[in-house]
Amino acid sequence: MTATQERPSAEIGQSRRRKEDQRLITGRTRWTDNIQLPGMLHIAMVRSPFAHATITNIDTSEALAATNVVTVLTGADLAAEQGTLPTAWNITTDQKAAAHLPVAVERVAFAGEIVAIVVARSAAEARDAAELVDVDYEELPAVLDLKKAATDEVLAHPDLGTNKSAFWQFDSAGAGTGTSVDDAIAEARANGILIEREYRQQRLIPAFMEPRSFVCDPTGEQLTLWSSTQIPHITRFFLAVVLGIPENKIRVIAPDVGGGFGGKLQFVAEEIIAVLVARRTGKPCKFTETRSESLMTAHHGRDQWQTLTLAATKDGTVTGLKVDLLCDLGAYAGTVGGGVPILGAFMFNAIYKFPAYQFNCTNLFTNKTLTDAYRGAGRPEATFAIERLMDELAVEVGVDPLEIREKNWITHEEFPFTSVCGLVYDSGNYEAATAKAKEMFGYDELRAEQRRRRESGDPVQLGIGISTFTEMCGLAPSRVLGSLNYGAGGWEHAAIRMLPTGKVEVITGISPHGQGHETALSQIVADRLGVAFEDVEVLHGDTQISHKGMDTYGSRSLVVGGEAVVRAADKVIERAKPIAAHLLEASVDDIEFSGGRFGVRGTDKGLAIGEIALASFAAHNLPDGVEPGLDADATFDPDSFSFPHGTHLCAVEIDTETGGVTMRKYVCVDDIGNIVNPMIVAGQVHGGLVQGIAQALFEEAVHDDAGTLVSGSFVDYLVPTAADTISFDIEHTTSPSTNTMLGTKGVGEAGTIASTPAVVNAVVDAIRHFGVNDVRMPCTPERIWRAIHSRDGGDGTPGAAMPHFSEEEPGRDSVEGADQ
Amino acid sequence: MTRISLTVDGAQVSDDVEPRMLLVQYLRERLGKTGTVIGCDTSNCGACTVHLDGLSVKSCNVLAVQADGSEVTTIEGLATDGTLHQVQESFRECHGLQCGFCTPGMIMQSVDLLRENPHPSEDEIRLGLEGNLCRCTGYHNIVKAVQHAAAAGGAS
Repeated sequence: MTATQERPSAEIGQSRRRKEDQRLITGRTRWTDNIQLPGMLHIAMVRSPFAHATITNIDTSEALAATNVVTVLTGADLAAEQGTLPTAWNITTDQKAAAHLPVAVERVAFAGEIVAIVVARSAAEARDAAELVDVDYEELPAVLDLKKAATDEVLAHPDLGTNKSAFWQFDSAGAGTGTSVDDAIAEARANGILIEREYRQQRLIPAFMEPRSFVCDPTGEQLTLWSSTQIPHITRFFLAVVLGIPENKIRVIAPDVGGGFGGKLQFVAEEIIAVLVARRTGKPCKFTETRSESLMTAHHGRDQWQTLTLAATKDGTVTGLKVDLLCDLGAYAGTVGGGVPILGAFMFNAIYKFPAYQFNCTNLFTNKTLTDAYRGAGRPEATFAIERLMDELAVEVGVDPLEIREKNWITHEEFPFTSVCGLVYDSGNYEAATAKAKEMFGYDELRAEQRRRRESGDPVQLGIGISTFTEMCGLAPSRVLGSLNYGAGGWEHAAIRMLPTGKVEVITGISPHGQGHETALSQIVADRLGVAFEDVEVLHGDTQISHKGMDTYGSRSLVVGGEAVVRAADKVIERAKPIAAHLLEASVDDIEFSGGRFGVRGTDKGLAIGEIALASFAAHNLPDGVEPGLDADATFDPDSFSFPHGTHLCAVEIDTETGGVTMRKYVCVDDIGNIVNPMIVAGQVHGGLVQGIAQALFEEAVHDDAGTLVSGSFVDYLVPTAADTISFDIEHTTSPSTNTMLGTKGVGEAGTIASTPAVVNAVVDAIRHFGVNDVRMPCTPERIWRAIHSRDGGDGTPGAAMPHFSEEEPGRDSVEGADQ
Repeated sequence: MTRISLTVDGAQVSDDVEPRMLLVQYLRERLGKTGTVIGCDTSNCGACTVHLDGLSVKSCNVLAVQADGSEVTTIEGLATDGTLHQVQESFRECHGLQCGFCTPGMIMQSVDLLRENPHPSEDEIRLGLEGNLCRCTGYHNIVKAVQHAAAAGGAS
């Protein structure tokens, strides 16, 4: 029995190498597309090439006659059974939305929408036959531009009569959590400083590495859907509700899932189609998207215009912030869809003590791919806006941007702090994180170098960017979600099975897809129950095993799911105590549990938890009235969000003659509460940083005038490569969350949320002396060059600068810059 | 259909394939070598990287018929006699993977990189892996893994 073995130190806090890796590094993987079942059929989609059109005719005869084609189905064929795709979050009770059919019947509203399905014996034959489906369209005017959508001149859905889905406001004066923002603005206009800006959050694509894949097997008693999803439990619920299949007849499995970043947090048309086709044919069916299909039709993220007014006194004390957002939902309201900007509603005030705040959000439809959650979901947009504004305020006041932040942030003595939105920040220490980051960065030295370069007119200028961010994580308190009109709760479930041999199975409702939860939860349970790390097996992602859960997104898995595991473990200990007391012939009150051993206080008598597990399994000698077994489960619903924070500092060099950006140094100090596995945390931060940096410098989903996604492959959509990025210096300060026993705060989204404004602030800082106060994202060399040279008095390119255009560094290119 | 015969991960195989069948499709669909994966359709992502006669190739960019008579090594054949290749060990040791989808290609490319240049600088590693995309790690720990493998004599 291993339960009593001595371990050198606690598991929590150790950089345990991951349990998941042995399979992944040897190719012993279970991606959905790997699944092959007897008689399996393959699905290919016929998709609209038009952004907005009426379907006038579909001729499937040629496709039906093609080799090994089993059936071809149109929206009309499926109209009676396909249902409509649901939205989990109607942000207002009168939110408008057009019905989103899995397969369009009369009209398509974005390029890529499915109009027909081909089912064949092989994937290649299905795709060949899809080319033979002849669809006639009558094009309709398409609205593609977000600001034009707001005018309602062209409608994405004519029957709705407007492009406006919903308007949502938070006002601190109205909510009683702060004062009037309009008063603050009026006062600042008269006697203070007013910063008025418009920022663009470009459209991004999550671009997880594993294309989405779905396999449905209808042959068992329960219909089984394997899905490359972050949300197997929610998917099961939606399948039941949308298709009317009894929930007890559905099993959803998320096997190995290759990344998500919010991009697999939706219940999608392709899942419904896989199920419907499997039911119709009686055969297992598979659909795996191509990368181009994925980029074009799996949802996009961000896509906002932000109009911002920051009011301050002349010394730089912020008195109010007003936010007006236009948000592009794309053609339909997605699973989370319209709620994404609302996740940012309480974060524009960030770490600061603003007395007045107002947030206004208008969600609009366009004839583009729908938008939904993408890493950070609403919070990166908010953090970008406020951190850019704080830099602008520092310039107005004439002080260092760190100084202006310090003047306005919540000091560590002030926690717990109730924000202007009414949220209670439980803990944090912005001073400590910033001091540490400054030292690691060599802040003062870099500022001195920046001055030298500026004074000497160096063609390569240095810029320093700052982002002192916080985020709300640990989604989410169910009552808060209810008050925001979200359709579900935010609790998480866990169960622990104590096996007779002393081994442990942990069942969790979270659904990992790269985060290393099997390792982290094993560490937690090993500590809590005093068993060996290797003796813990974490099971997840199959509704037959993990029957209950809310899945993985919103930096919730450890904060909410980990806490549920802790509580389940504590229940196991409580169940074992009376059995231990009985076997040790002691009073329950004298039983102490420590390091995996139940001891009798004041004696050296004791039994290992594994021995109790075996005794309770045999059940030969249990106290009267005690059930055999030690298994326990727990469901944890947090009372509050968690609020990780951090200070990120970025140094970039900009070649003012080419606009080329070279990242020189990136330092971040994140306070994410207690850390279970520092190695895994570092990985989350690194990956998050690069996604945020990619928004700042590289990525944009670009549509042409006809609504076709022109960045629809990895040739054009610039996911950064190893050659585009640098190594990072990351550290932590620790202010444990006071809301949970684990004291963790969540880290999955931190890097992405913080890094984008740090990079753009650095870019602007490098060229501000040319009169530049903004560069639109992605900050391509072309945009940077134009920003510099549109302000320097010249109306053309200086001849001497021209040769440098041919000397661009590889990997610094962009779609927009391609014609330069 | 065209008859091809080749060696994959040490085993002799022979099949009739459509001339248009890609090597990656052959590996996955005919041989069940699902350790090698497909991440894109434009040969940008490198997830399908294998070794063809000892050199790394993107197997979505090679027709199965082109591999006739060749020796192919996939991620599933990299470990020998149950012992992991040093690069595999280093990826685990340095947390060079998260979701693991790009990992087979990333490891196969790293092995080839170290074969060409046993002691690469950070810049050389970054350039050498430019054809392999990863969305999870930000490449930081992948670079460290390759450095770790190089220090441990991973080229051999």
